[in-house]
Amino acid sequence: MENIKISQDEVNHVAHLARLEFGEQEKEKFTSQLNDILRYMDKLSEVDTAGVEPMTHAIAQKNAFRMDVVGGSLPPELALANAPESRGGCFQVPKVIE
Amino acid sequence: MEFEPVIGLEIHAQLLTDTKIFCGCSAKFGAAPNTHTCPVCLGMPGVLPVLNRKVVEFMIKMALATNCAVNRECNFARKNYFYPDLPKGYQISQYALPPAEHGWVDVEFDGRQKRIGITRIHMEEDAGKLMHDEHNPASYVDLNRTGVPLIEIVSEPDIRSAEEAAAYLRRLHEILVYLEICDGNMEEGSFRCDANISLRPRGTEPFGTRAELKNMNSFRNVQRALEYEIKRQQYVLEGGGQVVQETRLWDDTAGVTHSMRGKEEAHDYRYFPDPDLVPIVIDDAWIEEVRKAQPELPLEKRERFMRAYQIPAYDAGVLTTSRALADYYEEVVRLCGEPKIAANWVMGDILRFLNEEKRDIRECPIAPASLAGMIRLIQEGTINGKMAKEVSEAMYKSGKTPQAIIEEKGLVQITDEGALSETIAEIIGKNPAQVEQYRGGKDKVFGFFVGQAMKATQGKANPQMINDLLKKMLAG
Amino acid sequence: MELYELTIHELQDKLRTGETSSAEITASVFGRIDAVEKDVHAYITLMRETALAEATRADEAIRKGEIGALTGIPIALKDICCTKGVRTTCGSRILHNFIPPYDATVVEKLRAAGAVLTGKTNMDEFAMGSSTESSFFGATRNPWDLTRIPGGSSGGSSAALAAGECIASLGSDTGGSIRQPAALCGVVGLKPTYGRVSRFGLIAFASSLDQIGPFTKDVEDCAILMNVIAGYDPRESTSVPEEVPDYRQFLGRGIEGWTVGIPKEYFIDGIDPEVEAAVRETIKVVEKAGAKCIEVSLPHTEYCLAVYYIVAPAEACSNLARYDGVKYGFRSEEGRDLMEMYKKSRASGFGAEVKRRIMIGTYALSSGYYDAYYKKASQVRALIKRDFDEAFAKCDVILTPTTPTPAFRIGEKTGDPMQMYLSDIFTISTNLAGIPGISVPCGFTAAGLPIGVQFLAGHFQEGRLIQFASAYEKEAHLEKRRPRCHGI
Repeated sequence: MENIKISQDEVNHVAHLARLEFGEQEKEKFTSQLNDILRYMDKLSEVDTAGVEPMTHAIAQKNAFRMDVVGGSLPPELALANAPESRGGCFQVPKVIE
Repeated sequence: MEFEPVIGLEIHAQLLTDTKIFCGCSAKFGAAPNTHTCPVCLGMPGVLPVLNRKVVEFMIKMALATNCAVNRECNFARKNYFYPDLPKGYQISQYALPPAEHGWVDVEFDGRQKRIGITRIHMEEDAGKLMHDEHNPASYVDLNRTGVPLIEIVSEPDIRSAEEAAAYLRRLHEILVYLEICDGNMEEGSFRCDANISLRPRGTEPFGTRAELKNMNSFRNVQRALEYEIKRQQYVLEGGGQVVQETRLWDDTAGVTHSMRGKEEAHDYRYFPDPDLVPIVIDDAWIEEVRKAQPELPLEKRERFMRAYQIPAYDAGVLTTSRALADYYEEVVRLCGEPKIAANWVMGDILRFLNEEKRDIRECPIAPASLAGMIRLIQEGTINGKMAKEVSEAMYKSGKTPQAIIEEKGLVQITDEGALSETIAEIIGKNPAQVEQYRGGKDKVFGFFVGQAMKATQGKANPQMINDLLKKMLAG
Repeated sequence: MELYELTIHELQDKLRTGETSSAEITASVFGRIDAVEKDVHAYITLMRETALAEATRADEAIRKGEIGALTGIPIALKDICCTKGVRTTCGSRILHNFIPPYDATVVEKLRAAGAVLTGKTNMDEFAMGSSTESSFFGATRNPWDLTRIPGGSSGGSSAALAAGECIASLGSDTGGSIRQPAALCGVVGLKPTYGRVSRFGLIAFASSLDQIGPFTKDVEDCAILMNVIAGYDPRESTSVPEEVPDYRQFLGRGIEGWTVGIPKEYFIDGIDPEVEAAVRETIKVVEKAGAKCIEVSLPHTEYCLAVYYIVAPAEACSNLARYDGVKYGFRSEEGRDLMEMYKKSRASGFGAEVKRRIMIGTYALSSGYYDAYYKKASQVRALIKRDFDEAFAKCDVILTPTTPTPAFRIGEKTGDPMQMYLSDIFTISTNLAGIPGISVPCGFTAAGLPIGVQFLAGHFQEGRLIQFASAYEKEAHLEKRRPRCHGI
């Protein structure tokens, strides 16, 4: 097998970080596809980027601010309108185990 | 082996802006759940953050007050993790490029002074609040606090004891409150502290393995938790064991720290520059603008009070514990011109009254002008010290001016020499035995005559005149 | 000609003279939808009732002489633009029931200009795709050949327009998602400069690349729509406070003396010969119109795809973390505790392509890989941008094919993500550099499938693109063909 970029264990770890889960078959397929994609990315190592500032924005801009003035909040019923579950004005989730 | 603790503190201070950091929702504490929310702070699809300029301004204030270098350019980064109180699945924070770094503050403890380094200050958004149901397998999320602006202040690992940590914490708290950028309320969580602590054999350089302490919601708890943790780690190390790098929660009731081991996972926050926000450039003009508006800081004020008002360090310290108290004191001094007497009254009656009712100086019913007026009345001899006590109490209860109270209560000092002479002559006449004793050299009896004179005048006599007249008349 | 076949400007002429009404136009469009939608499947949600009411209001306004820039014109929105009170799904199960309490800025602008909103168009889930096959709501078909894809991710918007199910539409373009479907459906599609059109209310895929833009039947309509949607928005930090010209002034001006750059890296092996021939033909056409064509080089072109498939998923994995089943959208009922709820909701709420990209992005940002992937890609991105700066020093616009092939068959590339990604090979660099690009129809294959040519210009040079495209359109005299679904 050529140049494995990401193992199934790593796929499991990354899936956990991303809060995803996969069935066994799906995982195998994903692992192989991710390896193809990541191998393709290796092209980038050919490029000499010494001293090149990373470009994180398409247009260089600075200092976009708003003034500290209270604007409209949503009525709470609208804030919660899309919630799968809510109670007492709060979003409800399965118990967080601490 | 003797161990030395190495402590660094991370402080999160909620900023006193009107609105949240990235949207126009109110940042006020205590509203009904989810009433201070909008699509932006709820993390709804497609919405975008826009930075509240005041947050940057407040950060610069703190940076200047803690001798930090303000960096010309900084940016926001996303800290990615899942939690129900984090609606976007990431917290907007700052990572690689902090806006301020390399600062310090001086703290005093045990009568010594020490400089504690500040690694960095950065801006970020607060998370929401998660509440657990005791009866149902459910938790509830209130996102009012989501997006309330925070600054995080990270200290260097310069702290060597729990007391030192507490002194540093108090100093930062005092500065934040002085700058009026944080209300400093630890119970409501607007001022929070986490600690990193490790031990190393005294005299050695390398740091030991550290534990991170959380959940300490008062100055006292920070100190107690650190004291406990120092003992715990010492015990582990002396027993030949190893300290585990972990997060530990302070349990206030039990007075111990608990490991969160097993419950926390290895974090990988995947920080990267937030593409929705643009870099912040802080130029010299902006820094100057903030510097000009910067209030006098507690230490500067303390020194000025000692110098300008000739009051002792202790007094200056007490009077500058809050900016409002210092302002109050200065206003009283300005109006009465008696710094030392003003200091005694403010530190005495005023603070006592307020403490009894757990009130703040800003709620003090006695206006500075009233206290100054009363001090002037004492100085002019209109009332004596004993009367003044009565006057101050009445002023605190009613909020009335000292003049009004004096009139109401008829509290005017008797300074009529003729009348006082008559009273004294009468007392001398009635007490021949004591006169005999006094004249026989028993000076202590003098106090008896003063008491009699005050009693006869219902305490209204000018004590100095009573003294003078008694001396003269008893001499015969 | 039916009303639904006309352009915005043709309809505006008829509205102004009273020859027709918005109610008639809107009825014509919905009639067409009723006839062809079952074959094309361009929409996720139709807004028939509100559209008819808006048309009535538009007619009243026209009677009072209050004619806005789009009064009475039926326009479709890609279902990635939030619409207040109207379900907005982004083509995903995880948002299948989400009703935003706010309008996207572009939606506000369309409403303010008097537009009639016909509905929300189909798209690849979270705009991640090039064929509109990854939609939770099923694939959209290309009106020119119903066995083929319409392109993507804004395939619903391009197909709806080509099929006559709207008069114009909006899409979003992160790596070609407007230009590629425009080319494959035979319509005009413009991706504006990053920061030109507000992203507020545009459901984020890759925040530093996403941009909303118009699909129109011709270049004049493109200018009309750009006049409405372009402009600074204080609700977006990356919005650029650059003045917006009247784009109509660039129409019909000619391109005499212009220099056109032909990047050699864009004529590569693997490009369909019919596509290449059609694009080579456009070079002759613009030369005939008085422009001079020169060869330019964009040396980092071969790295664009790799850069894009790191940067976009990295931003996406973070942007899509908010879909966690807590505040809105799909929540799996199977989760017994919070962790299970998260994983099961996301695992069944997202489709395969979205999950694949979340995985790539998460990996590229994770500890130990950030420098090799995200940082490296961001550095190469800077070099790609520099290539364009250098090229635009030598030419006014750049001319390339929009896509390497005409529309492919439904299902043809779904099994091979890399093959699918390659269909964006000519459009991706534009987004990485933040520059504007327009795709204009330039001919048909022998089988009758549309082909598009792409013109690119420097930041905020949409006016230049419109001028160039309008001159090309005029000079090319392309035959007016109609999609095959016509009359079904």
